Amino acid sequence: MSDTVIRVEGLGKKYIIGHERNGSDGLRHRLNDFLTAPFRRFRNSQSEIRNPKSEAFWALKDVSFDVTQGEVVGIIGRNGAGKSTLLKILSRITEPTEGRVRIRGRVASLLEVGTGFHPELTGRENVFLNGAILGMSREEIKRKFDEIVAFAEVEKFLDTPVKRYSSGMYVRLAFAVAAHLEPEILIVDEVLAVGDAQFQKKCLGKMRDVVGVGRTVLFVSHQMSAIESICTRCVVLNSGQIKFAGTTAEAIRVYSREAVATIDYQDSANIKRVGNGLVRFVSFGLEDEDGQRIYSAASGKPLTLVFGYEASPCPQNSLSFGFSLHTTTGQTICVLYSDYQGISFSPVHERGVLKFTTPRLILAPGTYYVAVRLLVNGKETDFPKDFVGGFDIDTGDFYGQGVGFHSGNGPVLIEGDWQHLAIT
Amino acid sequence: MDEILIEPGRGFKHYWRDLWAYRELFYFLAWRDIAVRYKQTVIGVAWSLVRPFLTMVVFTLVFGKLAKLPSGNTPYPILVFAAMLPWQFFSNALTASSESLVGSANMISKVYFPRLAIPTSAIIVSFVDFLLSFAMLLVLMAWYQFIPSWRIVTLPLLTLLAFCAAMGVGLWFASLNVKYRDFRFIVPFVVQFGIYVSPVGFSSSIVPSKWRLLYSLNPMVGVIDGFRWAIIGGDAELYLPGFLISIGLVVFLLASGIWYFRRTERTFADVI
Repeated sequence: MSDTVIRVEGLGKKYIIGHERNGSDGLRHRLNDFLTAPFRRFRNSQSEIRNPKSEAFWALKDVSFDVTQGEVVGIIGRNGAGKSTLLKILSRITEPTEGRVRIRGRVASLLEVGTGFHPELTGRENVFLNGAILGMSREEIKRKFDEIVAFAEVEKFLDTPVKRYSSGMYVRLAFAVAAHLEPEILIVDEVLAVGDAQFQKKCLGKMRDVVGVGRTVLFVSHQMSAIESICTRCVVLNSGQIKFAGTTAEAIRVYSREAVATIDYQDSANIKRVGNGLVRFVSFGLEDEDGQRIYSAASGKPLTLVFGYEASPCPQNSLSFGFSLHTTTGQTICVLYSDYQGISFSPVHERGVLKFTTPRLILAPGTYYVAVRLLVNGKETDFPKDFVGGFDIDTGDFYGQGVGFHSGNGPVLIEGDWQHLAIT
Repeated sequence: MDEILIEPGRGFKHYWRDLWAYRELFYFLAWRDIAVRYKQTVIGVAWSLVRPFLTMVVFTLVFGKLAKLPSGNTPYPILVFAAMLPWQFFSNALTASSESLVGSANMISKVYFPRLAIPTSAIIVSFVDFLLSFAMLLVLMAWYQFIPSWRIVTLPLLTLLAFCAAMGVGLWFASLNVKYRDFRFIVPFVVQFGIYVSPVGFSSSIVPSKWRLLYSLNPMVGVIDGFRWAIIGGDAELYLPGFLISIGLVVFLLASGIWYFRRTERTFADVI
């Protein structure tokens, strides 16, 4: 096919994970290996191959797909499914271990906006610097300068160092530069997770414009609403392999079935549950602040947990609902029964949902599981003995300092103020 | 339309053309480092004049007035400063370029661009400092009413040689530093050690002639001797076999540096 612009064939990427890592593998190990190598060869060549200190991990394996000109292809999958690795290979940041990719046309990637911004430089200076890093010529930047500034709405602060910018202004400017690249192929990773809702709409609009003039876009996002509104086709990745490739609607179904966030609980009848069964828990899901169904959320954002139940109707009943959140290792992070807040729900509907909203999500990026327990009139009515759902938390702008990476430091982000005093 | 082929272990087809397409990036990165360096300082860019000026004063006092070392007809400060120029350029460039990749880890793991731009622009920044120091040398010459000979016109070529030496060693250290942070400790040592084994504070004519050829294996010996020969004129003689060895070594270092850099740059994003 002549209008295939990206052809990915049998792509794989292997990482070696050291079990004894201290940031970088020091020269000493190499020297040590070098000095002991001749002896080792005599003794036991097996130990050299099977080094117990490191382990191969395939972030991508056997991935093949084609993209034709003018398509907008969504790439979806849970955290760690290999989306970022795929985009890094396509944008030539890292090279694959096996397989090959053919790309026709200039590629630009928005893997993270604002890369190369220098806090000490002014907005104007950073536009030029960032443009050059992304591959624009000075002439090109000059030509689009006014457009970029107008899009970012930072006219008044052009000659202020960006370290004095609010995080919103910073992100707007960074996105504006990147959005004005004119590549044949645009690779976009999760940039829409930043900025306020209004700006996000603007970004989506800009992406539609890009598509409108016949460019090809690869788009990674956790926001299914965004994927749904602009993608013509989707690839679902799971553990480094393609799970599904096809229409957007079908892909989202595949993804949401796989994302533990939407376990339809009646399907998993084989999970043991105890209780008198007057009220039964049936579904779990997530919603954003606009009541839209979502499959993952960002730290620091509002999040609503939605629990569905079914009951045999009886107006005298009063329902007390409890849920707990757990890490992937099973550690309990928190437990909340509506009783704790002096709340019980009555009357109990035949079919109903309970929505719990946290105004500001304090969970660090990662995957979390949910367990529930239901009591009616103080008696246990339904207690599934396993997790009933789970969800991914994405990196968010929790501390208002731009998007930060607080994962791997424990499951909870703490808020508070500092005081600094001298002891006399 | 361009076709890009991404395959393991193959590198990219249009390496040099890409480098050309991104030529402005070299300038922007160097400009960024220069622009940022004196932000929030009171006297600003004047610092880049103050530093070589103070170096000059100290050298003049210590070597010219206190030590009273013999220097032929040439004023001792000029003898020393002529050597100090290429050495400082080399050592600054080496230090900056070896740290440059690790310092730009964020950019390397997030965007594609020819990685060669990072260490090269670090060296360009040192080159700008070199030019300012050179202006100081001219001031010094005027002060001593020292008239250079025709040889001074060869300086641009010698400067190129210094540039290549810094680039060659810098590329080696920069790419090694990505994987082995040990080089963070090796580089300052090399720089400190280098000033004593290079003919900066003395003339290489004091090295016994039977060791002269061996001494030239230090590529900076050729560069520094060349600078002296060009700036000081009549008094300084160029030891030709040694100079040629130095040139050969610099060319070898540069070629092997680029080779090693290209070999390792594809995995920078994974190991940095």
